[in-house]
Amino acid sequence: MDLVSTLALLAKGLVVLLIFLAAPLIFVLAERKILGRIQSRRGPNRVGPLGLFQTVADGIKLGTKEDIIPPAADRVVFWVAPLFMVIPAIAAWSVIPFGPMVEIGRETGLWITNLNVGILFVLALGSLNTYGPVMSGWSSNSKYAHFGALRSGAQIISYELTLGLAVLAVVVYAGSFSLIDIVESQRHMWLVAPQFLGFLIFIVSGVAETNRAPFDLPEAETEIVAGYFVEYTGIRFAMFFIAEYANMFLMSMLVTVLYLGGWNGFTIPGLEGVSGVVWTMAKALTLMFGYFWLRATLPRLRYDQLMSFCWKILLPLGVLNLLVASVLRMVWS
Amino acid sequence: MIEDITFVYMAVIAVLAALATVLVRSPVRSALSLVVVVFHVAGLFAVMDAMFLAVIQVMVYAGAIIVLFLFTIMLLDLRHEAGEPYLHKNQLWLGIPLAILLLVEAGWIALNTEPLAEAARGAYDAAAIAELGGTGQALAEVLFNEYLLPFEIAGVLLLASSVGALLLARRPDEDKLPDAPDPVDDVTGPDDERAEGGAAIWPTR
Repeated sequence: MDLVSTLALLAKGLVVLLIFLAAPLIFVLAERKILGRIQSRRGPNRVGPLGLFQTVADGIKLGTKEDIIPPAADRVVFWVAPLFMVIPAIAAWSVIPFGPMVEIGRETGLWITNLNVGILFVLALGSLNTYGPVMSGWSSNSKYAHFGALRSGAQIISYELTLGLAVLAVVVYAGSFSLIDIVESQRHMWLVAPQFLGFLIFIVSGVAETNRAPFDLPEAETEIVAGYFVEYTGIRFAMFFIAEYANMFLMSMLVTVLYLGGWNGFTIPGLEGVSGVVWTMAKALTLMFGYFWLRATLPRLRYDQLMSFCWKILLPLGVLNLLVASVLRMVWS
Repeated sequence: MIEDITFVYMAVIAVLAALATVLVRSPVRSALSLVVVVFHVAGLFAVMDAMFLAVIQVMVYAGAIIVLFLFTIMLLDLRHEAGEPYLHKNQLWLGIPLAILLLVEAGWIALNTEPLAEAARGAYDAAAIAELGGTGQALAEVLFNEYLLPFEIAGVLLLASSVGALLLARRPDEDKLPDAPDPVDDVTGPDDERAEGGAAIWPTR
């Protein structure tokens, strides 16, 4: 690898890291504004013009607060747990494509790396999302945290299965594990059309995987305070927050890439790169809006509803979807 | 050069973490050390260009199996076993011969790595794998052509074991009872239809 491509790789990594760090700042504000509007309020509007600096102020506040470790906690595990939330969330971004191949001095793709098992890599990192909640909940030595951890663990393991089944049907259609190949295969038709059932299963499982309303039982404020991270303060608390919003955005990007054609869309000749990024971001941000909308609209499920919905409805549907997809694929090819 | 350094790092940490898994007293920390082992073994696979294997290693072992270990440990709330001795006498009789056997095997493999790796790889050298499009495709090629029957048999075996587990987990009298009431409906109390027939069959379990 020569110097230029090494530098290019570093630059791409930096950009993705910046997105990772900036996304929560923007999305927390956006969520509060949108929730406010849906509930006929204005949302935060005091700090800076239109309240734009609200999350920055919150971030500074969290960063300067005391970092408390409960005396009964298991110190090592308590310390490591937030890292287990953040690291898988960052690592998964390395295979997400933001746009097509472009010409900036030389041919380069708008992604960090084109792994030929890309989607499996994302799923494997997603399966590590159980560790953060389980470790933090157990190490806090508090009953609310413990309940949150158990709920989160059971929920993530269950919905991971249906998420994987939906992804497998996409892989059957695209014929590749690579996210870039999957996007390329949707040049003429977005996969949401032949895979509408899979699309719905993926979205529902994705919301459950990210512990968001209406599947936010692990952090249900009204019953178990904040669930697994109730004992965390200051910057460690912020890490849980960053990871949650980064995971939501990652899930939106995945839906975009797997079902909504990624960077495919109308394009102006000569501006393929720019329009690709714009298309990807527009689709992902629309899905993010959907997340906020869901939170404002739907009440929380009960625990037994959550489990029976996954195992008795989504899982059989997922298997059926995969079978149909495989048969159709066999017939067509 | 970088690959060698990565390999040595992965191997050393994997062995140290494996030792920690056995020697650490707290069950949760022991399970977490096992996670570290799994990650570094996956790293070893990745260094050897077997990305598919590395990803599956993380997904299955770290993502599913050890999570279940952790879950069980947490549910039973096993904290420390301070009083337990490190070694039980009975373990020694079996442990020492097994350790020697393992050492001999490891030595034999280390001495024969090249021919063994050649034999195991078969027709699939790096060029052939690249031509198929990656290790995932190469694995599928072998698994679903050459070894389809063993693969299917393994699948049936796994299915049988999960059916067996379900059977063991069922309460013995469950199939004699009518459909269990859905707790979703039950919140508002049993409705009329169920109260009629249900009260008699569905009593004091």
